Order: sequence, then C-alpha cells, then structure tokens
Amino acid sequence: MTQTQTIELASQSFVLLRLGERRFAVAAIQISELVAPSRIFRFPHRTPKLEGVILRRGRIVPVCDVADTLLGKGLSSRRFYLIAVRHYGIKSEWVALPVTGDCELIAAEMTVSGEADAPHVAGWISHNGEVIEVLNLDALTPGDDGVSTSKPAAVVLEARP
Amino acid sequence: MRVASPSAKSHAARTEQIILFRVSGQVFAVSSASVQEVRSVDSLSGAATEINLPTLRKVRHVVRRGDKSLYVVNAAAHFGLPASSAGLVFVLRKTRTALLVDGMDKMATMNRLQALPLSYCHEERQWYRGLTALDQNVIPVVNPEGFLTADEFALLDASLPPLETPEETASSSTELPQ
Repeated sequence: MTQTQTIELASQSFVLLRLGERRFAVAAIQISELVAPSRIFRFPHRTPKLEGVILRRGRIVPVCDVADTLLGKGLSSRRFYLIAVRHYGIKSEWVALPVTGDCELIAAEMTVSGEADAPHVAGWISHNGEVIEVLNLDALTPGDDGVSTSKPAAVVLEARP
Repeated sequence: MRVASPSAKSHAARTEQIILFRVSGQVFAVSSASVQEVRSVDSLSGAATEINLPTLRKVRHVVRRGDKSLYVVNAAAHFGLPASSAGLVFVLRKTRTALLVDGMDKMATMNRLQALPLSYCHEERQWYRGLTALDQNVIPVVNPEGFLTADEFALLDASLPPLETPEETASSSTELPQ
C-alpha cells in the first residue's frame, strides 16, 4: 500500500454547506446549529479571516469568513451562519461560518485526504455524483493551537449576577 | 454561630466599573480602576514634550512627572483606526502610559468579562482583557498594559532628551478614585 492510496472509513454524518457555487462538507459531530445572520460586532484586531463576533445564546462567537481561502474570493451575500466547534489543542470553542445557501445532512463514507491535499482538507466524500471536500476546521480557521489561556489578556472574570 | 451567606457585598465585588470611550467611532471599555486621571488634551499640551520615533508613530508625546516619564499613546494609531481628533487623555494607573482618545461615552457596570475567543491569535490578545456584552452590544475591554511592550518602553526611554525641570499643568484634570 503506497502513501497515495486512500483509506475508506465507515459511513458517518456530514453537513453539506454551500459557498457560492461550490459545496463543502463538515463532519456533523462538529456542527452546533445553523442560524440566521445577526448583527456582527466589529473591533480592531490583526487576525486575518475574522470579521467580528456575534452574540448567540449569551456566548460571544467569532465570525470567520473562509470563502477567500476556499473560493479565492469573498462572499457577496450570506444566508446563514453555520456554528461549528473548533478545537484549539485541548480546548474547543464555537466559530460561525457564513454560508450562502441551505445546508443538508447526509451520510457518506469519507476518503481521508492525502499528502497532496491542502491542510484544510480532512477528506473527500462522494454525493449525488459530486466529489466534495470535507473541511478540517482546525486548519481552515485561525487560532493558535498552543495558545495559553493563563495569559493576563485571556483571563476571564466571571461576574454573573 | 451564623453561617455567612453570599451577601450583596460579595455580589457587588464580582462586578467591575468600566469607562466606555470612543476612538474613531469605535467604542472600547477600560476598567475605571485602571484610570488614574482623565484630562483634556488642551490641559496636557503645555506639559508634553514631542517625541519623533519613526518606528513608533503611535507615541508622539511624553509628559515628565518628576523622574517618571508618561508616554502618550494615540489610541487610533495603536488600533490601526483612521486618525481622529482626540479630546481626552486617560492617564493609566500602574503603567507609564497615557491614552489619547476622542471622548468618553459613559460609565457602566460590567457583570461578565468573556475571554477573547481563541480564533483571535495576534496582537489583539495583548490589546484586550476580553469582551463584554453590554446593552446587546459587544465591547472590547482594553488591557492597560497592552499599549506598549517592554521593548517599546526601552526604545522610548532611550530617545528622551535630558531631563528638564518638570512643569505640570494641573488644570482641567479629574482625579479618579482607585
């Protein structure tokens, strides 16, 4: 078996999302919900791809526009935010991904990515005659996996009434 | 024996007073405990000495107070916002930094400070203590120690002209209680 050969995994669930003319997939286990666009709060920062944050269920969720990376251009419109779990080392947080159309839950078998694939490609699935990239959100969205939350700038003061 | 209950006092201790201020149309918050004085820009102009470091354009003035040098950071330049007309200076406690801002919006009580999401992974992690939701808005809470790094302080200290007799202008300043 050579390194370029692929490994077939058991059938699992994926959420298909639409960005412009293309469709991509994310493992369903990583998806929290699909929500209508809400107000984005913007503030100065230096991290590429991040537009700002939205408020969702009392949490502050960063909005990460991945269209530039995946399509080579930004989105002209957006219909929903797909809220997904992004892992940072042992921690995980929600990120909101703008999408341009409805999402679909499917079951498929994933072929894991090869060395030639981009880091943000976790694998490939076949659906209705279309070969679809399965996204690795940890590689696609910004974040320092070794970030220490013990730094003063990241200390949380919980002061709920 | 009486068992201490979670009193109103302990409840109050878990909130924090913040000052909302504006820079180039963007609202920020800073803990009121970290602001020593609020001064008008005019009141500071007589006491400030110009600094011209091409590598550190956000600091254009220093105020000498005794043997202490207080560096005035232009908040718009620090955050990469369009230049604006600054009206106030916040003298920050426990740092040698003063912050040039457009104006103060109001004071408020922060009930919860949420850590900056981990997706934010560049200088902003030093700029902000976190984010807070206030009146259905999300406001970044600045880190008073995040405006100048140790290297920048060293660079600024090295650029200072010899110390002259300090003359402070005390007018139009408001000393804030700690």
